[in-house]
Amino acid sequence: MESLYQRDVYGKALVELGRANKDVVVLDADLSSSTRTGLFAKEFPGRFFNFGIAEQNMMAAAAGLASCGKTVFVSTFAIFASGRAWDQVRNSICYSNLNVKIVATHAGVSVGPDGASHQALEDIALMRVIPNMNILVPCDGPQTAEAVNAAFCASGPFYIRLGRPKVPTLENKGKFELGKAQVLAEGNDIAIIACGIMVAEALAAVESLAKQGVKARLINVHSLRPLDTQVILKAARETRGIIVCEEHNIIGGLASSIDEIVAENTPTRVVRIGVRNRFGQSGDPAQLLKEYNLTSADIEKAALACFAKCK
Amino acid sequence: MDSQIKQLEDKAKLIRRLIIRMIAKAGSGHPGGSLSATDLITALFFSVLNHDPKNPKWPDRDRFHMSKGHCCPLWYAVLAESGYFPKETLMTLREFGSLLQGHPDRRTPGVEVSSGSLGQGLSVALGMSLASKADNKDYRIYVLLGDGEIQEGNIWEAAMAASHYKCGNICAILDYNGFQIDGATKDVMSLEPIADKWKAFGWHTIEIDGHNMRQILDAYAQARTIRDKPAIIIARTIKGKGVSFMENTVEFHGRAPTQEEAEKALKELE
Repeated sequence: MESLYQRDVYGKALVELGRANKDVVVLDADLSSSTRTGLFAKEFPGRFFNFGIAEQNMMAAAAGLASCGKTVFVSTFAIFASGRAWDQVRNSICYSNLNVKIVATHAGVSVGPDGASHQALEDIALMRVIPNMNILVPCDGPQTAEAVNAAFCASGPFYIRLGRPKVPTLENKGKFELGKAQVLAEGNDIAIIACGIMVAEALAAVESLAKQGVKARLINVHSLRPLDTQVILKAARETRGIIVCEEHNIIGGLASSIDEIVAENTPTRVVRIGVRNRFGQSGDPAQLLKEYNLTSADIEKAALACFAKCK
Repeated sequence: MDSQIKQLEDKAKLIRRLIIRMIAKAGSGHPGGSLSATDLITALFFSVLNHDPKNPKWPDRDRFHMSKGHCCPLWYAVLAESGYFPKETLMTLREFGSLLQGHPDRRTPGVEVSSGSLGQGLSVALGMSLASKADNKDYRIYVLLGDGEIQEGNIWEAAMAASHYKCGNICAILDYNGFQIDGATKDVMSLEPIADKWKAFGWHTIEIDGHNMRQILDAYAQARTIRDKPAIIIARTIKGKGVSFMENTVEFHGRAPTQEEAEKALKELE
């Protein structure tokens, strides 16, 4: 199976957008080698601006650039993009509904050895509560390019969440559409809804569950806002329960998004696989995913328990 | 020149009257800092800014941004007086459904980016300057800062970057009235030496009396000649300028005049 860095795909996608459209500009805050915006900087030095270690300035300046007709891609680590500059994102970018695409890398515990201070586990929650903000969490390399292009084609602010490590490329995901989830496996016993790197873990769980006679439906929610409520409510009605998987705090992220619409429309049991209100820590990504119960084995266990309980 | 100055002084008086009437009608708002910056912004809009109120999105327009967004009654008054929207609209300030929100919103013609959360406007101006560089355009960007506002760290991030990128088309205007909500700036959080701070960040500084029209026009003209670095006009002003009982007091930072006070103020501004 092919494995890619989402950041590499992002950097290349930016260069292509830059070639096609002269109004694409890119901003970074001293992390252009990590976020891969450096590729764009190399080809288009006149349209790349490094802000140094000053994320608040970068976000508000992005609003100024967008007000002059630019499509502005802004990158830094997820922890800084969402937390450090939240007020600038809210008041200067989203309130004005400007064309700023925040592409945040190094989300989640899979950042690894850098530890808790650099592992964003609450960024989706922080971005999700701001009106006008769109949120995309692509599950692999190719989907990262699709997300970047979708954000470019749509107007208004976006938050695109990428990880640090290589992720396996998933086959046959179907068409990428803003606001439309992808059903990657059919089944009526249980529904597994996942985003980002957790989609691959969930897919492994689905295959293992099938061997045990449990048919799980797998839904990849790459678009958290706008959210595909139809596909989610259909799963709530047609299966015994929902397992939501995300590399994020169980509070405020994808699970909360699902909880909110399911509780309002068709109350269903929703089990949350995610970081249970803890900070991260140093370690290898694989060790950390295990420590925080974010593996396919954890998903499988939760699915079996839910399936048994909801008979 | 003398007739131009007289005209601007008359216009500033008219703008001050509009500010008092708007805020009195709304029953809330920020008269003190609106009145202190009135001469600076009146001169800018009616003698300096290259803009077209009938075509607010003209790509080559000079930009103006009010970073101290709470003083928007002043912004709205000069916009209406310039012809961006009908003057009757001014009396709907802060009303439900109004084009004129309590703090600047992009729904208002002439407002480029929302503001109100202090400290972000210099960054917005920086972004506009970077856009002009990417497009090889030479429009100018004017941004009004409050003195209390420059206590925000974001301001100094922007100051550093504007100097780094040699943003010679940025002209910041500092309304140095010496007061913020909790009292005099020197008591709440000292700002001095202000000019040295900006100089140290690589800016060209111009210090003036912010109520002297001739000095104001000269400052804008001087700023325009500086092409290799951003410029800031540090304007000494009087909070509540033009209304005796509002001058040099914190009381009217964020309180509307009563009907009686408004009438008294308007009489002083005749």
